[in-house]
Amino acid sequence: MSILIDKNTKVITQGITGATGLFHAQGARDYGTQMVGGVTPGKGGTSIDGFPIFNTVEEAVKETGATASVIYVPPIGSADAIMEAVDAGIELVICITEGVPVLDMVKVKKYMEGKSCRLIGPNCPGVITPGECKIGIMPGYIHKAGPVGVVSRSGTLTYEAVWQLTTRDIGQTTCVGIGGDPVNGTSHLDTLKMFEADPETKAVIMIGEIGGDAEEKAAEYVRDHMTKPVAAFIAGATAPAGKRMGHAGAIISGGKGDAASKKAFLRECGVSVADSPAEMAEALLKIWQP
Amino acid sequence: MNIHEYQAKAILRHFGVPVPDGHVVYNSNSARDWAKRLGDGPWAVKAQIHAGGRGKGGGVKIAKTADEVKQYARDMFGMTLVTHQTGPEGKVVKRVLVEEGSDIADEFYISFLVDRVTAKVTLMASAEGGVNIEEVAEKTPEKLFFEAVDPVVGLTAFQARKVAFKMGLALPQVKQAVPVLMNLYKAFVESDCSQLEINPLIQTADGKLICLDAKLNFDDNALFRHLRIRDLRDYEEEDPMEIEAGQYDLSYIALDGNIGCMVNGAGLAMATMDIIQLHGASPANFLDVGGSATIERVTEAFKIILSDPKVEGILVNIFGGIMKCDVIATGVVEAAKQVGIKIPLVVRLEGTNVELGKEILAKSGLDIVSADGMADAAEKIVKAVNG
Repeated sequence: MSILIDKNTKVITQGITGATGLFHAQGARDYGTQMVGGVTPGKGGTSIDGFPIFNTVEEAVKETGATASVIYVPPIGSADAIMEAVDAGIELVICITEGVPVLDMVKVKKYMEGKSCRLIGPNCPGVITPGECKIGIMPGYIHKAGPVGVVSRSGTLTYEAVWQLTTRDIGQTTCVGIGGDPVNGTSHLDTLKMFEADPETKAVIMIGEIGGDAEEKAAEYVRDHMTKPVAAFIAGATAPAGKRMGHAGAIISGGKGDAASKKAFLRECGVSVADSPAEMAEALLKIWQP
Repeated sequence: MNIHEYQAKAILRHFGVPVPDGHVVYNSNSARDWAKRLGDGPWAVKAQIHAGGRGKGGGVKIAKTADEVKQYARDMFGMTLVTHQTGPEGKVVKRVLVEEGSDIADEFYISFLVDRVTAKVTLMASAEGGVNIEEVAEKTPEKLFFEAVDPVVGLTAFQARKVAFKMGLALPQVKQAVPVLMNLYKAFVESDCSQLEINPLIQTADGKLICLDAKLNFDDNALFRHLRIRDLRDYEEEDPMEIEAGQYDLSYIALDGNIGCMVNGAGLAMATMDIIQLHGASPANFLDVGGSATIERVTEAFKIILSDPKVEGILVNIFGGIMKCDVIATGVVEAAKQVGIKIPLVVRLEGTNVELGKEILAKSGLDIVSADGMADAAEKIVKAVNG
């Protein structure tokens, strides 16, 4: 078991004829993911490197039975691509694209209200269930199947955490990159709920960063409802207020969202917090043994 | 992206929002000339920099005669204005706004921003205007009112009315406030703002509502569809190194420390800054080279880091995913040769082709210290710099 995706997940790529889309579709297929085709309006009926191409997501779903879609469409068309996937009945949409306007995401969130589709991202590395299914841009080989769930806003910092686990011979159920934007599809909290419900996941590493209060909301859930141990790291202790640290969401504003207060609150809620990014796996092992 | 107050007011005027008549000037003579054209006074003379709190630093003056306008403007041009938002180095005043004065009877606060939790644009208002709103939020949060806006229908008249009554406005002002608030919302969404702040919104002695100050920030990711707004960018207000970095798609922010960092990925870049501090030193910058760091970009990144005279050592921290470590290592070696790095350089590589990468660094003949893991890397660079 795992969350969100497994070996049976059929995936289409929106924006498959772009260099990035094709490169990562090939990478995912090499990993063993069922990459069943792609969508590029105007190129329907052709194929690229063995992937059948469709004009619309609706058509792709009908022909391939895909239930998941990964989006590499440029920012100007990302919101439209997400909504097209939702409309076509895709259950899981993962938007990798960085630089989607915030107000486009506000519209997308409204559009998705009341629909059962789940969105991951935008501006995220994707989702991987090691050994079964990889959707996104993460390097597959650093992962290993096992009992730890990982959720993070950041790409390379997630790799860091995963690598710390894998080199200690501890595997992962599923690693979810939720993305660094202020308005996104899936939160830390949503992901913790899924890990709590997944019998294979025995412990969780949550990686957060400055800005907003999503990590605090997740910590309240850990305190009140979660039975599984959670370790965390919050990036940005040295970030000055008012400066956006790369991610659009990573900004301390109005005196809120700084790392020190986040860490303190997480600790109050029973989360094992690593002060150093080099000790994420250690922080988990302090409260849990595989 | 930020713009100046006078530019923000021009945008709001376009959306039918009441703002004082005024004009931006670049020298004190035209300050006086424009004052005369605007009427009989009094006038407000306001230094234009991208920071709040200008009044306390002498950046806002009320003039009773046109000669006073000229005098105040002359004092402001070239002055370094230090406010709580500029940092200790302050900002040099190069533009001044001359405006008709307003007879203030009452002050209020209005802002719009995107709330992450509801994923909606939210109107925030208070009867406490002209003060530091963060203090109001801290000490008397009950004096702040919020309305989340449905993105399909926009801010409705009833929501605007609700807020106006809560702000304590009398009926004639409530009637004025409704279109003001609805037009502010329209300006926010149609310009892709990330924040819009009116502090204060005033009621004049004769009962008119006017936006006396205006601050607009825009979503950088949406500027591609607002070319006229993009053209308002004032490069003189920004850090020249950050501008330079932006031209190479590098995300760079200057900080106060002495250890330069080059990292791939924003989260890992922040974490690298943090671990430097945990080992007793301070990062000189945030720098994300992105996922496709070519030799050219790595070289530029080194040049930008080294152009900061405070930098006494550099830590490169790369977790190669799709990006291969041997490619990064080649980039680092090439860049180090081109730029001529004379200060300690510690490189931590992990991920795809890491052994190959380390071999390239070792064989380069350059004085590069290789590190295993983030903790080792931080320890080595801090030791090399601080002894």
